Order: sequence, then C-alpha cells, then structure tokens
Amino acid sequence: MSRQQRSAQPGPGSGAQPGAQTGVRRSALGLGPRPVAPAEQPSQPPTLVLDALGKKCPIPIIMLADRIGEVRVGQTVEVLADDPAAKTDLPAWCALKSHEFVRTAALPAGWSFLVRRSY
Amino acid sequence: MAYFDAASAEPLHPSGREALQAALADGWADPARLHREGRRAQLLLEQARETAAAEIGCRPDELSFTSSGTQAVHLAVLGAVQARQSAARGPGRLVASAVEHSSVLNAADWLARRTGTAVTLTGVDHLGRADVTEFATATARERTLLACLQSANHEVGTLQPVADVAAACRDAGVPLLVDVAASAGRLPAPDGWSLLAASARKWGGPAGVGLLGVRKGTRWREPFPSDDRENRRVPGFPNVPAVLAAAASLTATSRERAGSDAALRALVSRIRSEVPRTVPDSVVHGDPDARLPHIVTFSCLYVDGEALVTELDRAGFSVSSGSACVADTRQPSHVLAAMGALTHGNVRVSLPRDVSAASVSEFLEALPPIVAKVRETVRTASSAAP
Repeated sequence: MSRQQRSAQPGPGSGAQPGAQTGVRRSALGLGPRPVAPAEQPSQPPTLVLDALGKKCPIPIIMLADRIGEVRVGQTVEVLADDPAAKTDLPAWCALKSHEFVRTAALPAGWSFLVRRSY
Repeated sequence: MAYFDAASAEPLHPSGREALQAALADGWADPARLHREGRRAQLLLEQARETAAAEIGCRPDELSFTSSGTQAVHLAVLGAVQARQSAARGPGRLVASAVEHSSVLNAADWLARRTGTAVTLTGVDHLGRADVTEFATATARERTLLACLQSANHEVGTLQPVADVAAACRDAGVPLLVDVAASAGRLPAPDGWSLLAASARKWGGPAGVGLLGVRKGTRWREPFPSDDRENRRVPGFPNVPAVLAAAASLTATSRERAGSDAALRALVSRIRSEVPRTVPDSVVHGDPDARLPHIVTFSCLYVDGEALVTELDRAGFSVSSGSACVADTRQPSHVLAAMGALTHGNVRVSLPRDVSAASVSEFLEALPPIVAKVRETVRTASSAAP
C-alpha cells in the first residue's frame, strides 16, 4: 500500500506532479526529466495487454476492472494509457482493490502500467 | 436546491452586505487625499484594518488589503524571496508542500523561471498532511529563503501541522508563509507565521478582497512597480467599500462560529460515514478528525467527474470536483495526486454557514442513484467506443 501511494507522490521519480496541473515546469523546479520507477523485469511478458490509448479516465480503469479476471492470480496485466489521470488512478485503483501495482514505464506517448492480480 | 461550494465562494454575509451598502455611500473617495471625503474613506479603511487585524491576531500595520487572495500570495512569495536574494549569494531556494494552492505553486514557478530559484516540493501522507520531517529537512538546507505551508487544505480539508513547521522554520531562520485562505473565518489563524495570505470570498466577504500579512521584522520588498498605497505593499486605489464589507463579514463569521461549527462538523461527519456505505466503490479523502468543519471530498470509481457534477447540478446540488475532466488544464487535482488518491469521479462538498440539515439529507439520498446512472452511461459509452 505504502509503495503504491509512494509512486503517486510528487517529487523526483513520481508519476504525479503538482506542476502538471499548475503549469509548473519540472525543469523550472529543478526536477529534471520525469524518471520512471525502476524497471522491474517481469520474468515473462504480461499475460494480457489492454490498449486504452486515447481513452479518458475512468475508461482505462473500467477496462482493467472488467478484464483482470481473465488472468490467473499472480499473472500480470499491462495497461497502455495516455490520459494524465491514469498515472495517479491506476496505482490508486490497485491500492483500493488490493491488487499489486508493479510499475509505470514511459512510452513515446503515454505510459505502460503493469498490474499483478492478487486474488 | 442546495449550494455546496462554499470553499470556492461563501455567499456574502448579511453583515457584509450591510457594511457594503453603508460604505458605498460614505467610502467612495480616494483615502489618500486630504479633503473631507478622502479623510472619511481613510477612516473607514483604517477601521476595517483594525477589525481584520484583531481577527487575524496581528498589528494593523502588519496587514494590507489586496485585490484577491491570489494577489496576496503572489506578493507574499515574490516579495519575501526577492528581499533575501542577492547577486553574491545566488537565487536561493523555496520550500512548499506539494498540496499548496495553485497560486503558491505558480508564484514558485515564476521565481524559478525568472530568477533561477530552486523549488523543493515536499510530500504529504495519504490524508494530505504535510510530512513535517521532510519539510523541516528541506527548509534547513542552505540558502532556503522562504517556506510555504497552508493552514488547511482547500480540497480535502485536512489541517496542516503549522505549529511544528513554524518551529522548524524559526530554528532554521527561514520566514514562513502561511496561506490561511481555506480556514480564515472558520478557525483562528495559527501562530508562527512571518507572512500570511487570505481571501475574503471564502469567509463570506465580497470577491476582490484579499489579506496580506507581513510580520514586523520580516524582510520583504515590493516585487512589482509600487506606489504609496497600503504601506507600499499593494499598488492601486483600494476598494474601500469591499474592504469594509470583508472586515465586517470576517468579524460576524468568527463570532457566529461557536454556534455553527458543531452543526457543520456533524453534517460533514454524516456525509463521511454515509457515502462509503451507500455508494459502492467510493472512497472519502482527508483526515476524519483534524479537518476543517465544512469540507469533505470523495471519489467514486468508474465515474467521470464532469458527468457527476453535471448530473448533481441538474438535481439541484452545486458541488465542485478535482477530476481532470472538470479542470481547464485537463489535469487531475495536484492535491489528490500528491495524496495518491483516486482522482476520477471526484466530488468536493463544502457547506455554507446557513446550510440546512434537510438539504444534506436530500443530497445523500440523491447521490447513489446519480452515481449508478453515470456509471451506466460511462460503461455504455466505453463499450460502444471502437
């Protein structure tokens, strides 16, 4: 839980950034380019990939909630999304639903979120 | 019908309305002039200053009236940092919590871009409370010129640990700006500030009046072209009638607080306990105890915040939302993001002083079917999408 929340906290290495809303630029705040969480190499590719690119929140979350049951417990789902709210809401959904939020990785446009089904 | 957006603007207090009417007749002249009409306006302006200073707990000469809360924040941040910057020692650093009002973050960004000031934003816990250790450690770093912490959060209502942060700032010799916009009129202003900012429309004063407090001994220099108004702190002819109305509303609101506070707290507690029970997959944010009396924020999974606000408005309930789709920027609330909280399907309910318990009951009854309806609509739209 704490780790999931951590990933959504502002500051270097975070997905969520106050400046994102207020127009505060990361460079101006001395934060440098937006880093991503350390890439945890999953031993195998995700079992299911959900393409939510171009879809506004909460649709990426609805897609994940609808389809996470298609993988077995312990397997992973990768969600591709480019709505900025997804950066906060994917980890927040995992915390609320007690699934494991594995990592965020930046794509050329948007992000890849990896979620492991916990139950 | 119920207005639940007091945190954006509280309706004008009847005492403020009365003061405004009277002052429009008597306080229209330029208070800087020496003629009879000018002296009368000046007298009213100084009465308003004494009244507001007594409520805030400072000397009248430490308080200036601005044209908004945002202007007060900008003047406080830029004036305090620029007074302590020097060519020899560099642009320095500013520390603020990540959940400050956007006016603080925008002023910090402006300083960073114009003067190269380093900006450190410190984290909060899942309730939205600033991490005192992280804040104090950042403030103690060399060349920190200003620290900024709100008295309470404007979106989720959580009270901030101002006393602890103020002690750390005192130890580090760093001035502290306390933005009391969310709490002024509802809670006494905390001690320990070097600079203070507030906005009258949030306590039932008119729009277009803010407060800038600069404690005696705090270094501050006018950051913009200045004139001789407001102790050389705020340029331009002050709106004397609106300032009087703001001061009258602040006094009245503070006086009535003892009576209204418990009722507001009980209604907010009711919303906090009922929403998670009656709306499946919903979560209430912020501190359940150490909070403002009138604000509660919650998020509903699988709901689009804009549709929720629109449907609630149609049903007669005026609320606001921190969801991305409701913001001009299309970005989710930086407060909810910093807390790691769900940002979609977000609703902020902030109760005005004269709220009726019946209207809160009606809201609690109307909410579950509205959420269910919006969920159905979102789901249909998403499955229809290619």
